[in-house]
Amino acid sequence: MSVSRRHRTAWAMGTVAAVFALSGAMAQEQPPIRIGSITTLEGPFATGGQDAYRAMEMAFEAIDYTVGGRQIEWIRESSNATPDVALARARKLIEQDEVDIIIGPLSGAEGIALRDYSRTLEGRTIVNGSSGAADTTLRDPSPNFFRFNTEGTQWMAGLGTHAYEDMDSRHVALVAADYAFPYAQVFGFMHEYCELGGAVTKLWSPLNTTDFSSIIAQFPDDIDAVLLIQGGTDALAFLTQYAEVGGDLPIIGGSITADQTLLSARGPHQRLMEGMVAAGPIADLNDDPNWLQFVADYRERWPDGFDSPSIHAVNYYTNTIAVLQALEEVGGDLSDNQAAFQAALASIEFTAPTGANVRLDGNRQAISDIFLTRIVNDGGTMRTEAFGRTPDVSQTLGMEADAFLALGSPSRDNPSCPPA
Amino acid sequence: MIIMSTRRWALTAIGLVILLALPLLLPNFWLVNIFGRALVYGIVALSLTFLAHYGGFVSLAQTMVAGVAGYSVAMMAPTAIPLGDMALPYALAIPLAVFAATMAGAIVGLIAVNTREIYLLMITLALAVGFSLFAQSNITWFNGYEGIRNIVGPEIFGRPFRTPLVFYYTALVVAALLYLLVLYVVRTPFGLVLQAIRDSDRRTAAIGFHVGLHRIAAFALAGFIAGWGGVLITFYNIGITPSSIGLWATVGVLIMAVIGGLGHPLGAFIGALIFALMDTFASTIIGHDRFNTLIGMVFLVIVLLSPDGIWGVGGRLAAALGGRNRNKNADGGATR
Repeated sequence: MSVSRRHRTAWAMGTVAAVFALSGAMAQEQPPIRIGSITTLEGPFATGGQDAYRAMEMAFEAIDYTVGGRQIEWIRESSNATPDVALARARKLIEQDEVDIIIGPLSGAEGIALRDYSRTLEGRTIVNGSSGAADTTLRDPSPNFFRFNTEGTQWMAGLGTHAYEDMDSRHVALVAADYAFPYAQVFGFMHEYCELGGAVTKLWSPLNTTDFSSIIAQFPDDIDAVLLIQGGTDALAFLTQYAEVGGDLPIIGGSITADQTLLSARGPHQRLMEGMVAAGPIADLNDDPNWLQFVADYRERWPDGFDSPSIHAVNYYTNTIAVLQALEEVGGDLSDNQAAFQAALASIEFTAPTGANVRLDGNRQAISDIFLTRIVNDGGTMRTEAFGRTPDVSQTLGMEADAFLALGSPSRDNPSCPPA
Repeated sequence: MIIMSTRRWALTAIGLVILLALPLLLPNFWLVNIFGRALVYGIVALSLTFLAHYGGFVSLAQTMVAGVAGYSVAMMAPTAIPLGDMALPYALAIPLAVFAATMAGAIVGLIAVNTREIYLLMITLALAVGFSLFAQSNITWFNGYEGIRNIVGPEIFGRPFRTPLVFYYTALVVAALLYLLVLYVVRTPFGLVLQAIRDSDRRTAAIGFHVGLHRIAAFALAGFIAGWGGVLITFYNIGITPSSIGLWATVGVLIMAVIGGLGHPLGAFIGALIFALMDTFASTIIGHDRFNTLIGMVFLVIVLLSPDGIWGVGGRLAAALGGRNRNKNADGGATR
């Protein structure tokens, strides 16, 4: 008797509580979607990281921080381009700030660290920022990690063919920095170039080399062009010395060779630089209407920003609009361990600010367009200009995944096609 | 063997009970990413404090020695990506990694056996930077810039290592044992000779002790301690890369030891805790543009106000209080 009465009381209280909870939930707006982000605002890539946040801010402002009827709360973190720090920041965002989605990071090894971390998460999603290591999505991919930007090997698509067929070059000397990113770029170039029958003499130099005279002295006599996969001051040092010894072979660059360091510096290298071809995901001058609109918006919103948005700005923007579009599609629904949201992410297709079409492969890695670029003198300012486009470049360069993986990881010795 | 006075033992026991009870009070984030992180990095800082305070050797190679253990365990780990040729169960990989770090510590000691002060700093710094650059450029063993990933750690009592409670308690037990080990060793004849070398190596040699051998043994022991730290840090970071042992990481450990206070082994953990707190929350306090300035200012203020770190502040407070007590007990005779 007393038991049943207690039972009844409990029932009554439970019902009242449930009604209150329900009406409370209905009266209240849906909680905001929390998006965390990680980029590098310290260390060597700080300027790129700042530019990435400029672009992200534009993406959020365009929709007034609202998607699918829910507010967006944006929590920014900074890393210094080392994986341990990126991981510590990601843990803070997920565990302390309880974000639903992380957008980031910027550099290659950080991306791999966050990929590993995302595998341990349930119901959270990490979408890449600008990191470009191939293995992040190629080998052992994580179901919670998405990348809507292309990576170093993809970026070289079309360049090997252009060098062999349009430039008529049969033997190039490779001058490249001796670490993972150039390996990936060289792999992308040689994959096409060696297939067509070209030969490559490889000359590696450590990162931060200032004296390239011994490398220039080793150039074979019969080369038709120089393939320069260096960045920043290393590329500048090589081109200056090569110009000073009277070098006049055409230069083929990597995706980060023609950066601002090289373009804005004055000196003898400018003679060699004009007309230098390269390949990559963006070009300063690109008459695609999407790009013209994006650059105009960027300049208006950020008068003290760069003259033209950087590669990191474009990559973070592309990944951010992918997230926003998928959230719109599911009406801001992140329930059920984000199952609907992740499915939407995996299947969306959209146009990046460069005008390139973007969709994902089975490893959640972008398949997108790559531009052939050349350096032009645009009224006294050196800029890169798009003159060709390779559509739908996949991470496996159009091959079956197994056949591509069987080619092995890019390294100093892989691939190889030395002159006979 | 009496490691500490009864009062110290009581204080240590109280501290341990509080640390053991932390999981009841704190959310997992604080448990793992503040206290757990402070414990594992504190172990490496402890190895530096041990060398600096009891031997007088300020070595910058402790992060590198921890890295030897970290890389060893990563190369032998059964879950590694890329998987090494010598994959072993964790039960074997961990002791072997700590052994490798002990050997690495002894080798550092051997190389630096005749140097002191600034020259010792230079040699150990060169070794640290050299090893990090070597790891970055070697693909065959160290997988270069990308390092070795997915080192998730062993299962303990059937639960994965990254479970917050498992990680925290493992780190706590290892840290506590190593802390007690240091307190024990410095009371042994070996530890006493070490302190004699710190005070005057010539006199110690004149009495008949082999100064060089003691120094090498001290570096080996510091390597053993740092090795445990390196293994746990690698599990915490789910892998290891050259930047985990680079210059920034080396300086980080030095900062922990210095702000905590080189005067006592506990200072290492206090310093690591402050470092973890600042590193995590500075950008929340001051915004993401200037947070490194705040971190730097806090460290500067600590070192300026108290050259012997936070431990020094505590020591001075205790001395002031102790002084009062002694006055009070003056007519009661000796307090002990």
